Amino acid sequence: MPEIPEELLRRSAEAKAKALGLPVEQILAEMRGEAPVTEVPAESVDVPRPTFVPSPPPPSVPEIPPEPQPPDPASAPPPAITAVAETPPAAVKEPAPAAEEPAPAAPEAPDNGAGNGRLAATVSVRPSVPPAGVPEGVRHQRLLTVVKARAIQQVKADPTDKVNTWPHLMIAEFTALLAMTAFLLVLSTILQAPLLEAANFNATPNPSKAPWYFLGLQEMLSYFDPQIAGVTVPTVIGIVGFMMIPYIDRNPSTRPSDRKLAIMLFTIFLAGSATLTILGVLFRGPGFNFAYPWVDGVFFDDLKDWVDFGGH
Amino acid sequence: MSTRNGIHGLLAKARTHATDMVGRMWSGQFMDSMLRPGSPFKKGYTDTPRNRSYVIMNNVLYHLHPVKVKRHGVKLSYTLCLGGLSFFLFILLTVTGIFLMFYYAPTAERAYIDVQALSTDIAFGSLMRNMHRWGAHLMVLTVFLHMSRVFYHGAYKPPREFNWVVGVILLLLTLLLSFTGYLLPWDQLALWAVTVGTNMAGFVPVIGAQVKFALLGGVEVTAGTLLRWYVLHVLFLPFIIVIFLAVHFWRVRKDGGISGPL
Ligand code: HEM
Repeated sequence: MPEIPEELLRRSAEAKAKALGLPVEQILAEMRGEAPVTEVPAESVDVPRPTFVPSPPPPSVPEIPPEPQPPDPASAPPPAITAVAETPPAAVKEPAPAAEEPAPAAPEAPDNGAGNGRLAATVSVRPSVPPAGVPEGVRHQRLLTVVKARAIQQVKADPTDKVNTWPHLMIAEFTALLAMTAFLLVLSTILQAPLLEAANFNATPNPSKAPWYFLGLQEMLSYFDPQIAGVTVPTVIGIVGFMMIPYIDRNPSTRPSDRKLAIMLFTIFLAGSATLTILGVLFRGPGFNFAYPWVDGVFFDDLKDWVDFGGH
Repeated sequence: MSTRNGIHGLLAKARTHATDMVGRMWSGQFMDSMLRPGSPFKKGYTDTPRNRSYVIMNNVLYHLHPVKVKRHGVKLSYTLCLGGLSFFLFILLTVTGIFLMFYYAPTAERAYIDVQALSTDIAFGSLMRNMHRWGAHLMVLTVFLHMSRVFYHGAYKPPREFNWVVGVILLLLTLLLSFTGYLLPWDQLALWAVTVGTNMAGFVPVIGAQVKFALLGGVEVTAGTLLRWYVLHVLFLPFIIVIFLAVHFWRVRKDGGISGPL
């Protein structure tokens, strides 16, 4: 029999002691097999009764009989939480003949939970069986403690509607992957990546533009003092601010109607950066001055071949 | 005649042997050892709920996907597959990038000539270079759109706050990867775009000059910058982004799978 953790033993002893109105230390000693089990009048036991206990108990049976006590302290009650069938060690069989009854009910034994009357009759003709309202086969059970349902495991997640990843998700992913590959292949066949003259430190092209994803910044730099546009806007708002969004927006709802402000602010950000980027890419000519792409042409080399398909 | 027969006989024999061997490999110990139970490539695979679970569970895919996912998360209209496509573009960029590395030396003398040769002399060189360049632009776009999709779904709310932070780092790394690659063709476009870009970094007060110096390895773009950015581009940044990608995907699962439904 496995060792029972001390705190489990103690907890069940406390519960039992509380139920029986006895000192904890005494119950603990009993559980460890260091003391004989106290006999308790049935009526005084106000632990929740297992369903098979007849209610009301037959008046002729005043007491719950003493249970067979294993002499070996190591074979203390098993570490079960509720009622546990306890098979006594072979050594106990002699002093406690009652324990010799096989655990499954004998043919004439009542099925648990039914027929209290029949039960009483059975008990009366078989004196070796303790006479309590406890049917055969369950005599060796005893209540260690009662644990409220859900006390140990809490189910937090509600069941959700789920489907198998294979094939449902994998097929969607695979399709997207193929579509993307096909798209990129076609794009790369049609459009030649730009390659201008070799790098020349002495010839600054006019205009000089950053890659498109930085052109919104470059656009802002042309409006504001670099110290402001170069620092506050991109790094503080852009990086730190973005990382902190989940900690700033404490609104737990994900329903669009509950987060009008958040959605509005983000949409302004998106529209703003798109506008600035498009301005920087298409509407800036020599000297980074304003230019109309349809009049002055496109001053953005990555786009050159997109606009006139001639290649270079 | 007899020679022909002999050759035919030999060929037939060889073919039987070959099919035999393939057959044995397919159903034999080698295949058994390679394919774990429930693999759809295994002989006699049947489409049962149990095997559907095994396809994921007994597979390296289990590192990415759980056996079951929320039904609404599978709908294309929820994620628009943008995160997945960003990742797939990253893989495509790795593959095409390795191809480019075979033909490119990051020195001021060779870089430009090598890229030119890629576009003209080398089989599939032009295609690979174009795919790498357009794929990189596309990845910046998909990552940005993925971020927007996550925002509009409120998918950064508890318990997913930290994965948003990881995401912002991924966005920065994606931009840095793209920007470091921009210099490598060593043409006028590359040189001056990088000059403009790093000048903007120089505007950061207090540490701006130092940041710019560290980025360029000097006060302006030089051949040393080319080597520095090459190493960042092909080694350091990919290494870092893979680590953050692993954390990102792991957190998607640990935070209870895809968010929603709304
Ligand atoms: C290299 C860039 C990135 C890759 C490859 C990537 C990949 C992914 C993937 C595959 C998913 C699963 C769901 C989906 O496909 O939408 C996901 C979810 C998520 N990503 Fe990303 N991501 C990247 C960048 C970002 C960025 C920039 C952000 C935000 C700033 C972000 C925040 C999130 C969040 C919060 C989730 C959970 C969404 C949910 O549960 O609905 N990711 N990411």
